[in-house]
Amino acid sequence: MSTTTTHAPAGPAPAGGSAFEPVMIGFTCNWCSYRAADLAGTARIKYPPNVRLIRLMCSGRLDPAFVLKAFAEGADGVMVSGCWPGECHYIEQNIKALRRLTLLRRVTEAMGIEPARLQLLWASAAEGQRFANEVGRIVEEVRALGPLAWGRDGARSPGSVEAALALAATGSSDPPPVSPADIDQPAPALAEVTA
Amino acid sequence: MNRFIYYPGCSMEASARAYADSLEAISGPLGLELTEIDDWNCCGATEYMGISPTRAYTLVSRNLALAEKQKNGSRTLVAACSACFMNLAKTENYLREDTTLAAQVNTALEAGGLHYTPGSVDVRHLLEVIFDDVGIEAVHDQVTRPLGGLRVAPYLGCLVTRPDLDRRWRSREHPQAFDRLLRTLGAQVVDFPPRTDCCGGHMTQISPATGFELIRRLVDAADKAGADMLVTTCPMCQMNVDAYQAEMNRYFKTSYHMPILFFTQLIGLAFGFPAQKLGIGTEIVSSRAALAKIGIEIPVAEAQEPIGAGAAGPPRRPRAKQAGLPMPAMPGENVEAPR
Amino acid sequence: MSSAQERIGVYVCHCGSNIAATVDVEAVSEWAGQELAGRGVVVARDSKFMCASSGQELIEKDIEELGLTRVVVAACSPHMHEKTFRGACARAGLNPYLCELVSIREQVSWVHSDRAAATAKAKAVIAGGVLRVGEHVPLEPLRVPINPTTLVVGGGIAGISTALEIADAGFPVHLVERQPSIGGHMAQFDKTFPTLDCAACILTPKMVDAGMHKGITLHTWSEVTDVKGYVGNFTVTIKERARYINAELCTGCGICQEKCPIRVQDNVFEAGLGFRKVAYMPFPQAVPKYPVIDGPNCTYFEKGTCKACEKFCPTNAIDFNQVDRDVIVEVGNIVLATGFELFDARRIEQYGYGRLPNVFTSLEFERMSNAAGPTNGRIVLRDGVTEPRSVGIIHCVGSRDRNYNSHCSAICCMQSLKFAHLIGDHTDATVHNFYIDIRAPGKAYDEFYQRVLEEGTIFVRGRVAEVTDSLRLPAEADAEGRLIIQVEDTLVGRQRRIPVDMVILAAGLEPPADAKETARLFGISCSSDGWVIERHPKLDPVATMTDGVFAAGCALGPRDIPASVSNGAAAAARILGRIQQKEMAIEPVRATVDEARCSGCRICNDLCPYNAIVYHADRAVTEVNPALCQGCGTCVAACPAGAISGTGFSDAQILSQIEGLLMVSASGQLREVVPA
Repeated sequence: MSTTTTHAPAGPAPAGGSAFEPVMIGFTCNWCSYRAADLAGTARIKYPPNVRLIRLMCSGRLDPAFVLKAFAEGADGVMVSGCWPGECHYIEQNIKALRRLTLLRRVTEAMGIEPARLQLLWASAAEGQRFANEVGRIVEEVRALGPLAWGRDGARSPGSVEAALALAATGSSDPPPVSPADIDQPAPALAEVTA
Repeated sequence: MNRFIYYPGCSMEASARAYADSLEAISGPLGLELTEIDDWNCCGATEYMGISPTRAYTLVSRNLALAEKQKNGSRTLVAACSACFMNLAKTENYLREDTTLAAQVNTALEAGGLHYTPGSVDVRHLLEVIFDDVGIEAVHDQVTRPLGGLRVAPYLGCLVTRPDLDRRWRSREHPQAFDRLLRTLGAQVVDFPPRTDCCGGHMTQISPATGFELIRRLVDAADKAGADMLVTTCPMCQMNVDAYQAEMNRYFKTSYHMPILFFTQLIGLAFGFPAQKLGIGTEIVSSRAALAKIGIEIPVAEAQEPIGAGAAGPPRRPRAKQAGLPMPAMPGENVEAPR
Repeated sequence: MSSAQERIGVYVCHCGSNIAATVDVEAVSEWAGQELAGRGVVVARDSKFMCASSGQELIEKDIEELGLTRVVVAACSPHMHEKTFRGACARAGLNPYLCELVSIREQVSWVHSDRAAATAKAKAVIAGGVLRVGEHVPLEPLRVPINPTTLVVGGGIAGISTALEIADAGFPVHLVERQPSIGGHMAQFDKTFPTLDCAACILTPKMVDAGMHKGITLHTWSEVTDVKGYVGNFTVTIKERARYINAELCTGCGICQEKCPIRVQDNVFEAGLGFRKVAYMPFPQAVPKYPVIDGPNCTYFEKGTCKACEKFCPTNAIDFNQVDRDVIVEVGNIVLATGFELFDARRIEQYGYGRLPNVFTSLEFERMSNAAGPTNGRIVLRDGVTEPRSVGIIHCVGSRDRNYNSHCSAICCMQSLKFAHLIGDHTDATVHNFYIDIRAPGKAYDEFYQRVLEEGTIFVRGRVAEVTDSLRLPAEADAEGRLIIQVEDTLVGRQRRIPVDMVILAAGLEPPADAKETARLFGISCSSDGWVIERHPKLDPVATMTDGVFAAGCALGPRDIPASVSNGAAAAARILGRIQQKEMAIEPVRATVDEARCSGCRICNDLCPYNAIVYHADRAVTEVNPALCQGCGTCVAACPAGAISGTGFSDAQILSQIEGLLMVSASGQLREVVPA
């Protein structure tokens, strides 16, 4: 899988202009993933600076409102990390976080937020290198999507109810063009959106 | 009736003709329906991998693609030659694990109008199929002429149980399955530690000193254990020990006469087939004297005079008696013999 | 904004050059003082080492002179110095929970190389801390009483030492052991390195002390099956398995053992090398001295006949109707001393253990060499009779090996040297040791290595490829049943085939097979390979992350006897300190339900793994039991009415922190925040 480099991969700059630096929030749990981040620090493993970490006691503490607030306040991406399933310090609360996040994903995707902007990462306290690598990967994936700019210039929002429904049905991040003819068609059925 | 798609491989058509003949004879009684892949090609043996891995995988994958198309009501591809088996199994496994490789290989295959979906075909070795799918009991039921205590050294060769990417073997170094199969035929299986050691492969061409030494070790161990013959699953191993035994003897100034037969030939004998039908007598180091001991005649025209001793054999090394300290229990002992 | 109403002090640490080399600390401090003034910051300073007394005095002075109501320190990880800065605030009269430590070291300066980006991120992190701290409320730590009784799980040398330290100080201990007797692996050994003290001679006095101590209640042939509660107040269920011997009547005379007609291979104490009866005492010096009847192998249980033990017992102590019984104890602290298991050498087929008769494991050899063992101390081959002319000892079997265990098992080098010496003592055999490195770090350990060298042991540096009976060269066939060790002698640069009569495998140490279940039972973490994780590998090696649960000995990882004893003493000292203080302060991170806002929807009820959530049907509201709550916050997040709040990590605090973190762009400019 990952090699033992101490630098997480830096992606290519998007075409046209200087590299866009996403601003992201990362929720970590006190016992595993926050300690993994600390371990990456003590081992001086380098990764991109785009993720700003928040410490929770447990990933189970994650209220979906936190994620939505982060996007609303201008985050281009959100990362949620916790202990590996089966190793949660509070026994099984990370499973509850997983459930919550799965449902939350459907909501955010229906709102027009690409799946890659909300990512889940399990990391144990001993996995500093892995934490760094995964943060690097997630940053590059968000970078490739460009700024979310949600609520700022509307460029990314679906723009209409029909388009939002179509987005949820097709899973495509580009809203389909809405023509007058479309409006009279019945809304497409909501397909199963996988987490 | 167990149905399989069958990949013979180049050796089965020439130097290991006896393996193919004996397999054909016994597949009926064993209930194996083997349908050969249409228009199969060489598996690349061991050389091509060293030259260009990607092309080698593509060469092998053509066979997998043809097998997928042909199916024959079964998704299991059986190979009898150990090297063919290893190439097919390894390639199948790598295609499943590495999507980039699979994409590259399929690009090449598509140029020939073929495509292989990784995971569509299970690749297994003939020995393991006989042991697992047919079963020891079924083999035993077909034995009409037990081998009367013929002393055999079970030589698997290095490729059957290694790398074993699909984890079918419990023991890679000292599997017991082969021994059990041979015992079911009525043979007496001697203690043969180098059962999965290397036969030298193509070292006979590249560095004869190395090749002959490896062959000598096998023959010597079988001889010391008092075996009448070696029994093997691999055409390469058979050829090395058989065709190069004389040269090995000259090199070391020894006088071994250790015949080596394919296990399918012994199964055929136990099932009552005549020796000619099983290709017995076509080997270079003749098995005539060994088989004569259990009352099987080989026609004189194809027999050879044995070069040296080897009939009586030295006394076996006795194993420690259980009157001493107890041995640790091995997994599955007294419950189910380990493989 | 809540923070604007406070008077916040921001302190940015250089940490020498650890932070300052990558983050422009002065610029950040200045920026905080200016740009965050509107958010409540009244003073912003930077200092070389905030954790030093000079740094802490800065904070204390500002609290007193400037009337600070909140403090934000930007320095290392909270796991390092949160307590330090809380302490400074407390000394100056400010509630310590009104202080927030944000990490700009482990999570900024140490992991990013671009100075501009790191400085920008540091600003964002501080902004997050400032907005968050505005939502902090003063908290008091919870004080819990400490029950003076202690539970020690595991009766090996570590467990026995711990129990004796605590009991000698006058406090009661329950010592639980799975086997019929305490003593653990040390009771199996012959001599201990480097002094060559007889293991039983130094261990049995301690075992007897523990057995006879008024303060220690022994539960042998027992296991812990349930643990409830929290530090100072654990309720533990111990299952005492049926021995079929009535301990009140048994005198330990041993007649039942003598008369029992069934012999089985003893895979526990004799490591498979010897036999025991079905009614047995594991070894003569067993504590307690009551035997045990091995139910599954007993003729009476199988067929209803025999009962020889009952016939001959002079005190009628045999009771076939005995059943397992549960004992519930209340304890304040728990020490896990569950020890190790030996690596299963059968897994390395190339070494032939289990196939080749004369390949032995280290534990088998300990029993063989032991004068009270199955061969009365004679070193012999598996036939029980022949003395070996040469022995090969293979180090690192199953250790330092990515195929099995990457770790070093710490004691096997010394153990292998000991074996070399003992073989020389008991026989005339030539001894070869096959090693990768010789690890002899302890007191008099290297001197012991030198001694073994001088005694004529031959050392070959190389990892053994194979132990085989497949001979190749005529010279190898000079004797029956010989083994060949195939090894690369790296110092000579050649492959060697060395004939030996006997091979001893220095098998590595592994955690017990049920380590993960044990961890779950006691609510602690173990690493992916199964060793208990200590609170800090350097500075807190016997505490776990769970308050009240400690660990000692090999449960934490491979270590020798002096280290295990020290661990036990350390855990005991910590516990005795707690017991003396009679109560302990624990972090007030808890959930509480505001009953006025609770609608009784009960969504939260099934979420708590500690059963801390209780529904009161009469009032149709839910309550969280603060004693059982561990503060994970899952119920806080789940409540649709927002009726549950979590102290220390409230919604308001997190939402403010999010806002603060996003106030600063990637280049360090204040962003215009569009209202959500």
